[in-house]
Amino acid sequence: MAGLISKKQRREAEIPTSSMADIAFLLLIFFLVTTTIDVDTGIGMTLPPKLDENVDPPPVKDRNMLKILVNTQGQVLLEDEPSAINMIRAEVMKHVLNCVSSQYNCSEEYSENPDKAVVSIKTDRQTPYDVYIQTLDEVWMGYFEIWDQLARQRGFASYNAYKDQLAEGQDNEINKEIKAQISLAEPDPGQ
Amino acid sequence: MSVHFKKKAANAQTAIPTASLPDIIFMLLIFFMVTTVLRETTVQVRTILPQAEAIEKIEQKRLVTYVYIGPKKLQNNQVGETAIQIDDALVDEVTNVRTIMYNKLTEQPRLIVSLRVDESSEMGKVIDVQQELREAGTLRINYSSKRDIEGTL
Repeated sequence: MAGLISKKQRREAEIPTSSMADIAFLLLIFFLVTTTIDVDTGIGMTLPPKLDENVDPPPVKDRNMLKILVNTQGQVLLEDEPSAINMIRAEVMKHVLNCVSSQYNCSEEYSENPDKAVVSIKTDRQTPYDVYIQTLDEVWMGYFEIWDQLARQRGFASYNAYKDQLAEGQDNEINKEIKAQISLAEPDPGQ
Repeated sequence: MSVHFKKKAANAQTAIPTASLPDIIFMLLIFFMVTTVLRETTVQVRTILPQAEAIEKIEQKRLVTYVYIGPKKLQNNQVGETAIQIDDALVDEVTNVRTIMYNKLTEQPRLIVSLRVDESSEMGKVIDVQQELREAGTLRINYSSKRDIEGTL
């Protein structure tokens, strides 16, 4: 009889966890496949705020303005001279650093000082977009080369190296010293 | 004596403990879950982006709203007229851009508008959109472009 009074075997209620890793792997692979880590890149710009119609825009002296015109065929007029797109970069540097750098001799044709220097890009309504981007890119590269020079004076390899070491919220001194002032002009009405 | 110096058979267990394996996998999983952005829009216009050199990365994707400008995709790989698309829908009237952007700006004051414009587009449409953006007050824009692989110089 003693055999009948068997001990009740209490099984522990356990969820098998050995397949947990497999399930996690499956999910992992799904997200691995769907993830795109490509970062969005582009040329950043800040549009001018909307102007009050009664107030005229501030006047800019003609010598402080570097005018770039891009026409319908994608041809570039740089200060009223036909020019190639890849000439713009050097011209922008010359314009901005005219009276600062020893390389240039403060000519009457170009800006008085970097603070006053403005680069203006004007297009037609039919101008192809990619020519506009190439032009804008060249202007930005002109500024980037200036900033590169300033960064090297501060002992950095390049402007990007300088920018990378800046802490969050720290002022970008190079950017402050020479500001990129690019004006996007509206096309003439009636075109 | 020889008994003392007899080399004992190594009886340490050689199995790698796998108990923490799920945790490691979960950690990876969570990383990818957080970084994943599931594509939520179907782009109805063709946007072949131009190439540029002076480009910067947009770090905070959450701030970005895309405006697509390009020829409308038709059947059989053909393209139609230039159209503007914001989010999922085509925008018929350029002036509607203003309202849409203004609403987005009130939700996200640090909005960046990324203009994904097809390289064959004409400037007219881009300028129109820019004027509307100025009206709406969304002044931070970004001309989306790819890095120039060959280099222009």
